[in-house]
Amino acid sequence: MSALLEVRDVTMRFGGLVAVADLNLEVTQGHAHGIIGPNGAGKTTAFNVITGIYTPTAGDVLFRGEIISGRRPSAIARGGIARTFQNIRLFRDLTVLDNVRIAHDAHARYSWPGAMVQLPSARRAEQESIEHCTDLLEKFGLVDAAYERAGDLPYGSQRRLEIARAMALQPSLLLLDEPAAGMNSAETLKLVEFLGWLRDHFSVTMLLIEHHMQLVMTFCDRITVLDFGKTIAEGSPDEVRNDPKVIEAYLGQEDGHE
Amino acid sequence: MDYFAQQAINAVQLGSIYALIALGYSMVYGVLVMINFAHGDVFMVSSFFCFLLLLVLPVPFGAALIIVMLATAILGVAIERLAYRPLRNAPRVSAIITALGCGLVIQNTTLSLSPYSQRMPELFVPVLQHFGGVTVSSLQVLIIGVSVGLMIALDFFIRKTRYGMAMRAIAQDRISVPLMGVPVNQIIAMTFAIGAALGGAAGVLYASAYPVISATMGVLVGWKAFVAAVIGGIGNVRGAVLGAYVLGAVEVFTVTILPSTYRDLVVYSLLLVILVFKPYGLLGRPSVQKV
Amino acid sequence: MMRWFKQPPPRGVLLALLAAGLAACFAIEQFGLVDDYVRFVLITLGINIILCVSLNLVNGWMGEFSVGHAGFMALGAYLSACVSVKWLGWGDPLWMFPLAVMAGGLLAGAVGLLLGLLSFKTRGDYLAIITLAFLMIVKSGIENIPYVGGPRGFLGIGNHTTLLWTAVWTVLTLWAIRNLVYSRFGRGIVAVREDEIAANAMGVDTRKAKLAAFVVSSFFGGVAGALFAHQLQFINPGVFDIVKSTEILVMVYLGGIGSLGGSILGAAAFTILAQVLQPLGTWRMVILPLILVLLMLFRPRGIMGMREFPWFVPRREFPAKEDKK
Ligand SMILES: Nc1ncnc2c1ncn2[C@@H]1O[C@H](COP(=O)(O)OP(=O)(O)OP(=O)(O)O)[C@@H](O)[C@H]1O
Ligand SMILES: [Mg+2]
Repeated sequence: MSALLEVRDVTMRFGGLVAVADLNLEVTQGHAHGIIGPNGAGKTTAFNVITGIYTPTAGDVLFRGEIISGRRPSAIARGGIARTFQNIRLFRDLTVLDNVRIAHDAHARYSWPGAMVQLPSARRAEQESIEHCTDLLEKFGLVDAAYERAGDLPYGSQRRLEIARAMALQPSLLLLDEPAAGMNSAETLKLVEFLGWLRDHFSVTMLLIEHHMQLVMTFCDRITVLDFGKTIAEGSPDEVRNDPKVIEAYLGQEDGHE
Repeated sequence: MDYFAQQAINAVQLGSIYALIALGYSMVYGVLVMINFAHGDVFMVSSFFCFLLLLVLPVPFGAALIIVMLATAILGVAIERLAYRPLRNAPRVSAIITALGCGLVIQNTTLSLSPYSQRMPELFVPVLQHFGGVTVSSLQVLIIGVSVGLMIALDFFIRKTRYGMAMRAIAQDRISVPLMGVPVNQIIAMTFAIGAALGGAAGVLYASAYPVISATMGVLVGWKAFVAAVIGGIGNVRGAVLGAYVLGAVEVFTVTILPSTYRDLVVYSLLLVILVFKPYGLLGRPSVQKV
Repeated sequence: MMRWFKQPPPRGVLLALLAAGLAACFAIEQFGLVDDYVRFVLITLGINIILCVSLNLVNGWMGEFSVGHAGFMALGAYLSACVSVKWLGWGDPLWMFPLAVMAGGLLAGAVGLLLGLLSFKTRGDYLAIITLAFLMIVKSGIENIPYVGGPRGFLGIGNHTTLLWTAVWTVLTLWAIRNLVYSRFGRGIVAVREDEIAANAMGVDTRKAKLAAFVVSSFFGGVAGALFAHQLQFINPGVFDIVKSTEILVMVYLGGIGSLGGSILGAAAFTILAQVLQPLGTWRMVILPLILVLLMLFRPRGIMGMREFPWFVPRREFPAKEDKK
C-alpha cells in the first residue's frame, strides 16, 4: 500500500525553539493513524506544517507523492486535506449551515462577477450547496440547528460541527486535533463509535492527535509517538504500548508534572 | 556644501520633534498593540496649551515646558481612561476607530474654538551663531538638546527601572504578564502619560520653532510622526527615533529638490513603499500568531 | 412581528415596488414634484447609501478597517469629471454620463485592486495605515495635477446626477453587493473576518476574497464619487479628506456592520443628521466623530449589526417550508 501522506525530515523552528525536529511520518491510505505525545511535544505544530499554516524550516511534506509544503493552506485544503483545531475555530457568528457551506464552497466553480450578476450557473451552484450541506448536517445530526448561530451550540455539538465542516471539503485525509478533549469517558466511547462511522461512511483516511489512550489504542491502526519534537516510537498499538521509550516518556512526564 | 550642512541641521531639528511624537505612538503600540490615532492631535493641543499658558502667564521656557508636559500627560491618561480602557477586550477594529474618532473630536473642537491659526508669543529669544557659511540658532541647539535629553532619559527609564521593565514585559507577553502580579492598568496609564508628555514637549518645541499654530497640525505634523513610527517599526522605541530622523531628512531634502507641495506625496509614498518591502518597518519584527 | 417582515415578498411584488420607485423618481424629475432642496437631499441619500454599503463590504463583512473610502470617491469624481467635461463634453449626457460614471468606478476599482494586493502582506492595523497613506497620496497627488485644477479644484462640471440616475445606481449597487454577499465569495469574505486561519484551512482562497471585497468596494466608492461630482458641479481635493471618510464610517457603524438594511438605515440616519447639524458649522465635525466613539463604546456593531432585513436575503437562504416545526 502506498503512503497517502508522507512527512520527510521536517523541522519547524520558532526562533530558538525547535518545535518539531526531523519528523518522519507515513500515513497509509485507509488507515487511522494516531499521534500521541506529552504536552508541547510538537503535535499541533506538525498539523500546522502539514496543512500549510507554517512552512517548515526544513524538510518536505508530500501528499499523494507531490510536495505540498510551501503551498498556501487554502490550496492544500482544496487538494484534499481537511482538519479540525485543538481549540475549536468555528465561524462563530455564522449559522451552522453557513459554516459547512464555506468549506463546501471550495469546490464551487463560478466567478465573482458571475455571482454579482446572478448568472444561472451561480444560482444553481448555490442551490446545490444548500442541499448538499443540509444533507451533510443531517448525517451529523445537526440539521435541526442548521439556522442557529454556531457559537450558540453546546460544546459537544461545536466539536461535531467542526468535523462536519471539515468533511464538507470532501477530503481524502482528515486531521483531527484532540477530538476527545473535554469529553468524559461515556462521551469518548461514543466518539470512538462516531469516528468509526466517519471512516467507513466517507472512506476517509485519518490522522489524529489524542491524549486519551484508550481511544487511540482501540481506534488507530498505527501510532506515532512524539516527544520534544522527535519521533520516539512508531508502530501498531501493541508495539507502542510495550515500547520502553514510550513508557519512559510518559512516566517521566508524570514524575515531572503530576 | 554649506547649504547641505544647513539643511542637515534643519533636518535634525525637524527629526527631533518628530521623534518625540513618534515615541508616543510607538510606546502605546508596543504595550496595547493599538494605533493611537489621537496622539497627533494630543501633540497639536499641547501647543495650544502652551499658547494659552503664555497668554495668562508669561513664564520662562523651562517652566512652560514642564507645565505643558504635565497638562498633556493628564489629557493622555484621560483619553485612555474614558475611551480606550473600556474597549481593551473589544475587537481591535473598535479601538482603532475610537482612537481616530477621539483625534477628530480634539482636532475639530480646537478648530471650532480657534478657527484661524494663532501666532505664538516668543518663548525664547534665539541667538544666531555663524560657522563659516552655516548659521546655527541657539533655539535649534535647545530643541535638539531637549529632545535628545528626553530620549536618553526615556531609554534609561525603559531599560533600567522597574516600571520600564514592566512595560517591556507587557509588550513581550500580553497573556501571562498580567497573571504575574504586574499592575497592568497602572503601567498602561503610565505609558499613555509618558507618551503624551513627550508629545507635549514636542508641542512646545514645535511652537517655538515654527511659531504659527493651528488645529490642523495634528494631521500635518502629528501624522507625519506616526509615519516615522511605522517606518522605524511601530512598537519599537529606538525604531521610532530612527524613523523620525529618516523622515525629517527625507522631508527637508525633498523640498530642496521638488516644490514643497510634493512633500506629503513623497512622505506617504515612502510609507507605502516601506510597508511593501519591509512590512514591519526598519527595526520591527513580525509577530507569529499561534494556532 | 408581522409575517411579511420575516419573509421576502414574492418576486413580482418586489419588482413592482422597484419599478414604482424608479417611476416616481422619473416623475419627480420630469414634473418638478419636489423643491430643489428635497431633491438635493434625496440624491445625497442615494450617494450615501452607495458609499455606506460599499465601505461596509470591507469594514463590515470583511471586518477590516479602511479609512480610504474618500480617496476612491476622489478618483471616481475626478476621472468622471475629466470624461464628462474634457474628453466627451460634446456627447449627449444620456450615454456620456453613464460612461463617465463607469470610468470613475473602474479607475477606483483598479486602484482598489492594488490596495488589496498590499493588504496581503500586512496585518489588521497596518491596513488602516495603508488606506490612510492612500488617502493622503490621492489628495496631495491631485493637488499637484494642474490639469484638473490642482488645489483650487475642478470647476464647471455638468449637473448630470439626476434623481433617476442616482436611484438606478443605488439599486444596482445594492443588488450587486447583495448577490456577492450571498455567494461563495461573500461567505469567504465573512470567513476572513470570523477567523482567517480557519477560513484558509477550509479552502477559502482568502486572497481572492480580499481582492473581491476591495475591488467591488472601491469600484462603487468611485461610482459614488462620480455621482457626487456631477451633483455638486465643483470639486476640490480638500473635499475628499479624512473627514469625508469619517462620515462614511459613521454611516457604516451607525447602521450596522455586515448588513444591507443597516447600510441603508445608517445612510438615511446620517443624511438627516447632517442636515440637522448643518447650522452648527465646524462643531458638526466634533459631533460626528463623537457619535462614532460612543457607538464603539456602547454598540460596536451598530443598529442592525450582522442582522438583515429579510427583503434583502435571497429566498433560498430561508429554511425550506417542510422543515418548519
Ligand atoms: N507559533 C509559535 N511560535 C512560537 N512557539 C510555538 C508556536 N507554536 C508552537 N510553539 C511551541 O512549540 C512547542 C510545541 O507546541 P505544540 O502546540 O505543537 O505542542 P502539542 O504537542 O500540540 O502540545 P499539546 O498537547 O499541549 O497540544 C511548544 O513549546 C509551543 O510553545
Ligand atoms: Mg496541541
